[in-house]
Amino acid sequence: MIHSFFILNSSGDVFMEKHWKSVIHRSICDYFFEAQKKHRNLEEIPPVIHTPHHYLISVHRSNLFFIGVVTKECPPLYVIEILHRIVDIFEDYFGDSKETTIKEHFVVVYQLLDEILDNGYPLATESNILKELIRPPTFLRNLQNTVTGSSNVASTLPTGQLSNVPWRRLGVKYTNNEAYFDVIEEVDAIIDKSGGVVSAEIQGYIDSVMKLSGVPDLQLSFMNARIFDDVSFHPCVRFKRWESDRLLSFIPPDGHFRLMSYHIGTSSLVPIPIFIRHNIHFKQGTSGKVDITVGQKQTMGRPVEDVKIDIPLPKSCINCSLTPNQGKFSYDSVTRIGVWDVGRIDPQKLPNIRGTVQFSSTSNSPEANPVLGVHFKVEQVAMSGLRVNRLDVIGEKYKPFKGVKYQTKAGLFQVRT
Amino acid sequence: MSSTGLTTNGNIATGAASLADSTDFAADPASSTFFAADLKKYGDLKNMLESNKDQLKLEAMKRIIGMIAKGKDASELFPSVVKNVVSKNIEIKKLVYAYLIRYAEEQQDLALLSISTFQRALKDPNQLIRANALRVLSSIRVPVIVPIMMLAIRDCSSDMSPYVRKSAALAIPKLYSLDDEQKEQLVEVIDKLLGDKTTLVIGSAVCAFDEVCPERDDLIHKNYRRLCQILMDIEEWGQVSIINTLTRYARTQFADPNGGEEGEEKNGGEKFYEDDDEDVKPVSKKPIVDNDLRLLLRSVKPLLQSRNSAVVMAVIQLYVHVAPRTEMTANIKPMIRLLRSHREIQSVVLSNIATLAAKPEQKALLVPHLKAFFVRSSDPTHIKLQKLEILTNLASEGTIGIILREFQAYISSSDRELIASTIQAIGRCAMTISEVTETCLNGLVNLLSNRDDNVVGESVCVIRKLLQLNPTAHKDIIKHLAKLVETVQVPMAKASILWLIGEYCEQVPTIAPDVLRLAVKTFPKEENIVKLQILNLAAKLLTVNPQQTSLLAVYAFNLAKYDVNYDIRDRSRFLKALVMPGHIGSGDDGIDGSTFSSMAHQILMATKPAPVLESRFKERMEFQMGTLSHFLNIRTSGYQDLPDFPPESLPSSVRDVALPPEPERKQSPTKTNRILSPSKTKKADKFYSDEEQSEEEEDEDEDTDEEDEEDSDESNTDESEEEGPDEEGDQKKQSGKVQKVNGKPKQGKDDEQDESGEDETSESEEDDETSDEESSMSEDEKKKVDTKPKVSIATAPKPAVDTNSPNPVKKVPEKTVPTQKVPEKQRESSKVQAVDLLLDFDGDMSSSAPLMSAMQPLSHPASSSSGKSQSTTTVTLPPVYVPTKSYEVLSASSNGGFGVSYRYPRRPFMFSGKMVAIEFMFDNTSDQTFSNIRVVRKKLPGRVEAQDFHEIGTLEGGKVAHATMGVDFADTTQSISIVVGHGDYEYEVTLKPRMGELLRPIAMSRSEFDKNKSSLSGLNENQSSVDVPVKLQTEAGLTNAVLEVANVAPIAVKDETADVESSKTLRFAGQTLSSGSPVMVTTVLRGSKASVIVNCEKAMVGSLVLQEIKDFLAKFR
Repeated sequence: MIHSFFILNSSGDVFMEKHWKSVIHRSICDYFFEAQKKHRNLEEIPPVIHTPHHYLISVHRSNLFFIGVVTKECPPLYVIEILHRIVDIFEDYFGDSKETTIKEHFVVVYQLLDEILDNGYPLATESNILKELIRPPTFLRNLQNTVTGSSNVASTLPTGQLSNVPWRRLGVKYTNNEAYFDVIEEVDAIIDKSGGVVSAEIQGYIDSVMKLSGVPDLQLSFMNARIFDDVSFHPCVRFKRWESDRLLSFIPPDGHFRLMSYHIGTSSLVPIPIFIRHNIHFKQGTSGKVDITVGQKQTMGRPVEDVKIDIPLPKSCINCSLTPNQGKFSYDSVTRIGVWDVGRIDPQKLPNIRGTVQFSSTSNSPEANPVLGVHFKVEQVAMSGLRVNRLDVIGEKYKPFKGVKYQTKAGLFQVRT
Repeated sequence: MSSTGLTTNGNIATGAASLADSTDFAADPASSTFFAADLKKYGDLKNMLESNKDQLKLEAMKRIIGMIAKGKDASELFPSVVKNVVSKNIEIKKLVYAYLIRYAEEQQDLALLSISTFQRALKDPNQLIRANALRVLSSIRVPVIVPIMMLAIRDCSSDMSPYVRKSAALAIPKLYSLDDEQKEQLVEVIDKLLGDKTTLVIGSAVCAFDEVCPERDDLIHKNYRRLCQILMDIEEWGQVSIINTLTRYARTQFADPNGGEEGEEKNGGEKFYEDDDEDVKPVSKKPIVDNDLRLLLRSVKPLLQSRNSAVVMAVIQLYVHVAPRTEMTANIKPMIRLLRSHREIQSVVLSNIATLAAKPEQKALLVPHLKAFFVRSSDPTHIKLQKLEILTNLASEGTIGIILREFQAYISSSDRELIASTIQAIGRCAMTISEVTETCLNGLVNLLSNRDDNVVGESVCVIRKLLQLNPTAHKDIIKHLAKLVETVQVPMAKASILWLIGEYCEQVPTIAPDVLRLAVKTFPKEENIVKLQILNLAAKLLTVNPQQTSLLAVYAFNLAKYDVNYDIRDRSRFLKALVMPGHIGSGDDGIDGSTFSSMAHQILMATKPAPVLESRFKERMEFQMGTLSHFLNIRTSGYQDLPDFPPESLPSSVRDVALPPEPERKQSPTKTNRILSPSKTKKADKFYSDEEQSEEEEDEDEDTDEEDEEDSDESNTDESEEEGPDEEGDQKKQSGKVQKVNGKPKQGKDDEQDESGEDETSESEEDDETSDEESSMSEDEKKKVDTKPKVSIATAPKPAVDTNSPNPVKKVPEKTVPTQKVPEKQRESSKVQAVDLLLDFDGDMSSSAPLMSAMQPLSHPASSSSGKSQSTTTVTLPPVYVPTKSYEVLSASSNGGFGVSYRYPRRPFMFSGKMVAIEFMFDNTSDQTFSNIRVVRKKLPGRVEAQDFHEIGTLEGGKVAHATMGVDFADTTQSISIVVGHGDYEYEVTLKPRMGELLRPIAMSRSEFDKNKSSLSGLNENQSSVDVPVKLQTEAGLTNAVLEVANVAPIAVKDETADVESSKTLRFAGQTLSSGSPVMVTTVLRGSKASVIVNCEKAMVGSLVLQEIKDFLAKFR
């Protein structure tokens, strides 16, 4: 499957390599750099690049490229998924997967890669298992190791590896048993020129933090479980139970994990918590006019916070002077993106920004109106109306502290002007 | 696990910071100073490696691994590093392993020094160490050690720890890529691993299958139903492999569920059915889904909800390729969900959706999700284009309105590539949907006044294609285009206009010459493509309207004559000769140019077919969805086309799995007549049937199996049961109450199990050590044991090859055994030598490196003698009880009166002690006489050997003949099939042995029994509690029951104390025929319950015997 693995930074350096089969020289990455040159935007690079004898499959995360080299036919999603999983594991271990972080933990990274894949096939991708095999480096543990001479590498097989619940390790103990669920919904929408909704969907996640002793068996039920269009679960969720009773029955992993993600789209009407009135005119020649007003719509009584509007300006733009009546406006003359940081919307006095844009007179190509990117956040509301009904713990005696938090934010929210 | 999605966005912003850091290597502690890398620094590392402080060594190894990770060459340090392979510090050891895997290929000779360490580690009691040793050993790509690897894989594939067996499965592709001559043996191992009971192993076993022998469908047959059933419980990566394998399998086994009406790609199939009679046709239309295929489809469906996109895509492609078309509905939503995933996943999924959208029959399913494919300005360009492609394919009368409105929005975007593609997309919509052709054309014409040159250019090209459909109706558009000839800058557009004018010059007779005039004016400055079209236009006009244009044309041809591009010069010469024959001196060479020129008008002005605008993704349909080939639209190396469906489903009986014949169905002792015909027996034996009602039963079966496996080597079984296939049943029982149930009772149970689990693991580890000692007699000794009998029994069938034998290559040239015996032996010995050589390193190493010798005393001394003595001193007893039950394999009623059944007489077989005697009874119920009843041929798996019975001359009608055959099943219950014949008739019969019959009773004293039993605890002990039926609740009853099942001897209980409990304890002893491992059965009767304990060195044997006893007792219920 995966023959070799390279990590590239955006300046064209191969700074980490790992081979599971015979060594493929790092010059293979030249094909990648070639493709990189062809595309001005890093996001544009196709995920699979075909070279005479190899196929480079890459993912782009934290401004690094993680490349898996394969030599034979295999499902591309399989490799992409593994690469993402590897990065997820790095992030889980080190907090992030930036270049400096990886360089700092070169040896652990190498050891991890050795355990995650064998001969290019996945061996252990559950972070609970890996953490038992190779303990994540912490300052305290490093100190302890130097003093006592113990090591970060386990000498016995992690218990999860043989169990049917590989995601949970044994012997978990907490003095305070807690279970938290974050219901996060992202509203994806396209709003057309006249303010009509072209498409609107909700992408929701339930992220959990479990600090529960022993091996608890949980049951989570919803007030309105029928609203989901499509769901996907962490492997711990018993699917049959969901199908028959519409409740989540599972033995949770320890710590952070994504319990479920769901999609609500075509079948129900998605409420849009924000509206934008705009009046943008880019005329041929030297100047354009911009006037944008933001207001809130259906939010179930909660304020819309952290509102931010990206205004991508045309390439020929040389100057941009917009004045908001609330928040801050900044313009990056390299990327040509103006960002209006609105903050919280006050329904009494709607935030507004207006001003003019100058274009260079030499470019005669006319400019299209920009597509505004909108960000916002509404706390304590799930836009779909999803509510958690109750959580039952079976199999353990204690009564855990339970908490559910709701949040709605903008996903891919765009306004065409 | 990803942190709570909230944080992930932050990383992009910090990218700039990491850029700045890329240069400061010096600040990086792991790399500091050493990456200046010169020889002196290596010397430093060498010193560190040779010191005797672990801390220093570790530091050195970490630096070396750091160098490898950076891609720096560290091969020079090989000798110093490889010495540390014996380190006791697990972290150093692992780093050395990592180093070895990287450099062993380059330094093969030195790498061999480490082999003996791995061989020793392979016998370590710690399963992680065993597994790691195998992983590293198999990753060292040194061809010399292929035999050792083969041996290690074979051994580990029957290891007690599932984790080690998984490692063995993973090692198979490695060995195969190193030496594909090992295929035959590897296939054997794969076959064994595919039947493994633990879900952990199966995923990897299927990977190995895919890599080594994807063509061997026969290996899948017997595992097919089980694979389907346990699919849910396998880890996600294994699921992908299994689904892909089963897709291919399903394509070879089942008839097309769509009845061969697949449309274009299945033309062959269509014809097949069309030839049929009228009345057959409606039947073929109805999708007939084989039950086994239905099982597969049903078991993969829940996986659509997996969080792993690869799993979801695997399921979808399975449905696309093997399911009835009507069942695709459920698959669309998960695909749409994946679109919200990472960019890379989105891109792959979109390309697959595009293929679906290009299939007319799938289109309708995607239409409700149209909005999911609307382009966002933040999408990368290639994703935008893919979405556009999908939208275009989905356009129909109903949807075109929305789609065109979207397209309008895209045209005003700032992405040029998107605009161009959108215009083409509009063209395609206009062409396919006649209702909107006019609207689209008008829209495109409006675009001609767009300020962007590219938009205009692209529109012109698309308009040209559209006009070809119906030129006469659009005269004014042609005129409009003609006006653009001066202003338009895009070469392709200009060329298109010129071509259009030329083609339809008769409709715009007044404008055409003027266009030519304008074009010729700028001729030298034009692109080649435009120049060619100018020449074309000139030639065409010359044939239509020579008066006005001849001068212009000549001018154009003359300009072209001196062009730098030879293509243009050629074209000009050719056209000139065609349309102006007078200007070239013809006639000399005999060819009259005028013949052509008279036809010139027809040649140039022939009506051309309108171009067809097609989906770019149409051609990808030939590739299997979700593959790399499909995504890249090229044939990647190693890609294999999906096989076509067979015209008829192959018989499903191949997938029937025969259980170890159950002792069920009480038959009266004298009964040899048949109650069931063979087909019926098979059905009853069928392990995984589709019927719901049988699921309950079979779940129980599975459950107990799992317990057997897992109780012994797993510490938390409680969840395993929850998650297992019995879930459904469980839930049915619980669903009502569960919600209100207080956690208490269950809690108690959990604790208990946890503890017992832990106890058992520690026990098993101890036990591993003991068994390890037994098997660790020196290699030389072992060899002696192996080779001796081989020499002495030259004529007799070869004895079973001991798995511990150092020569795994033994069985390769099986087909030519008789002729090649001698050379084979020579080869063997040479191989043995080769292996010897490697093993000798052991000695060398210990003398040279003091560290290593320190390791050795651990296992080396001949401690095996104590274990050995038991088996040598055992006294075999005559069978205590001979069951009279016989098994029918061939029914007389359905085979012309020739019936075959067999029984186990429990006599020692005279030719070989390792063989079990099987007595055949041939029954003739017809009135003819059968002659020459004999074994025609036999199919024996693996190490199974058999001795045929003597031919029976004649068998008169109504008589019964007996014959005895010996089979050495090598202590497994693999079934063998024998073709029995009489006269010219041949019948294939399958014998499935029962483990209990593969034993022989032995004498053993009580103390010996206890000693043996205690040494075979832990993993070697199989225990289960069973309900004993009322009539067997006595000592005698239970004794008979055990003896009925297994050929063992009861142990006299005289010296019992007054212990009431133990008076109901029964003990039996026996040994396996083939390997002579002792088997001890203990039953403790407590009221209506009895706990049965079977101890055997071979865990498999023990669990099978236990299972058989349980089954026997269960059937009284």
